[in-house]
Amino acid sequence: MKPDFSREVDRVGLRVENLSYAFGKKTVLDAVSFHVEGGSCNILLGPNGAGKSTLFSLVTRLYASPDGRIEINGKDLRSHSYKALADLGVVFQQPTLDLDMTVIQNLRYHAALHGLSRQQTRLRVEQELERQGMFERGNEKIRQLNGGHRRRVEIARALLHQPSVLLLDEPTVGLDIASRQSIVEHIHQLAAEDNLAVLWATHLIDEVYDADQLIILHHGKMLAEGRVSELIEQHNTSNVSDLFQQLTATKVA
Amino acid sequence: MLHYLRAMLGIITRELWRFLSQRGRFLAALVRPLVWLFVFAAGFRSALGIAIIPPYETYIAYEVYITPGLIGMIQLFNGMQSSLSMVYDREMGSMRVLLVSPLPRWFLLVSKLLASTTVSIVQVFVFLVIAWWYGIEPPWQGYLWVLPALILSGLMLGALGMLLSSFINQLENFAGVMNFVIFPMFFLSSALYPLWKMLESSELLHNMAKYNPFTQAVELIRFALYGQLNENALLYTAVSLVIFLLLAIWGYNPSKGLMPRKRG
Repeated sequence: MKPDFSREVDRVGLRVENLSYAFGKKTVLDAVSFHVEGGSCNILLGPNGAGKSTLFSLVTRLYASPDGRIEINGKDLRSHSYKALADLGVVFQQPTLDLDMTVIQNLRYHAALHGLSRQQTRLRVEQELERQGMFERGNEKIRQLNGGHRRRVEIARALLHQPSVLLLDEPTVGLDIASRQSIVEHIHQLAAEDNLAVLWATHLIDEVYDADQLIILHHGKMLAEGRVSELIEQHNTSNVSDLFQQLTATKVA
Repeated sequence: MLHYLRAMLGIITRELWRFLSQRGRFLAALVRPLVWLFVFAAGFRSALGIAIIPPYETYIAYEVYITPGLIGMIQLFNGMQSSLSMVYDREMGSMRVLLVSPLPRWFLLVSKLLASTTVSIVQVFVFLVIAWWYGIEPPWQGYLWVLPALILSGLMLGALGMLLSSFINQLENFAGVMNFVIFPMFFLSSALYPLWKMLESSELLHNMAKYNPFTQAVELIRFALYGQLNENALLYTAVSLVIFLLLAIWGYNPSKGLMPRKRG
């Protein structure tokens, strides 16, 4: 077998091709295609109802779509579901931690779901908590933590099995400004550090960095894709906010 | 293979932890059958005469008769409650965490069922200890034989709950369904009165009770508790389990769409 190096680059990260989805007759996603490369932060920007949640449900295989294709690190989600999911870390929009269990218990549960051994679990839990600056809080119950810290635990959890793709579904909703900023910064740092392919859904424009890749979703359609700074230049706008306004306005009118 | 085992143990451990840390739920689960045993049964013992019916070999007090029924009730409530928690989890998201793990969905659901059954068995044995102290003393072998029966009946009732939860999108709807499932299932069964008693009042009700899977689960438990095997009940419970489970797995199929359908 001859390795095809030119394809190799394309295969890492998250690849979505021609993905459509409808609830009954209502199309919520219409032929969406994009590629999230390793080491890059991709912001999925769209107003409520743009199809972000549906896209996330499809990528996490909570629904399956008959149309289109999703690949996680080169593994097709339909034909190699479990291998693909093993390479995926997710931070859901809703809180998903068990409030009456400790931080470590929550992480252990996740490690078990991913089949980590006892040793691996101990090591990985320690490493991730350390990295999120949550190591000292390991034995506290989730109920005792504030929103920002809970999110950090969820990020630690999502990274526990060392995925190559990280999905975040509006992870800063309900956090105060300081926690929001620190999480945004933290995620950008993680993407670079771990060569993670990060897909970050949000409707908050101030979370976008100039170096990020941007995907703008509106009414289930992709309106733009590319590096933030380039898109701004291309469309002759001064910032992301204007860019977003301009794109979504023309489409509606 | 090891991965499967670890995941299953993880799911069961979490369920047990959650149960033990929610003291209120533990107490409620225990008080409910005990109220029936101490109050309801005491009141009814004079009103109802129970003839000698298998598996019992002598005349028995009413408390003795309804003990297996109350065990069934513990498992019925537990099964419905854990599926209620699945609806809740689904809205809150922890169900998503489970379903995103890299394992077949049927396996995750079966593990979840085993976990809730384990919790129900803990409840049942605590109940049996108190019942023993109250004077309900089945032979010691009964405590061993009842274990496999409890696993089967617990899985069956859990699978029924899971099946219901897969078709219900909102918490509010669930309460209604509970009323239409738990109460008819419980009252139209052999939990509180033997089937032949029911025949005296209505043949229709008798037949409905006879084909109620809950009746069969209770009879399976009743016989097992006295060291006997009720083959009919075993078969009926096992077949019900398979049917409910297959339907539940189908209900949670990703291409069918799991989440409430109106989300953007």
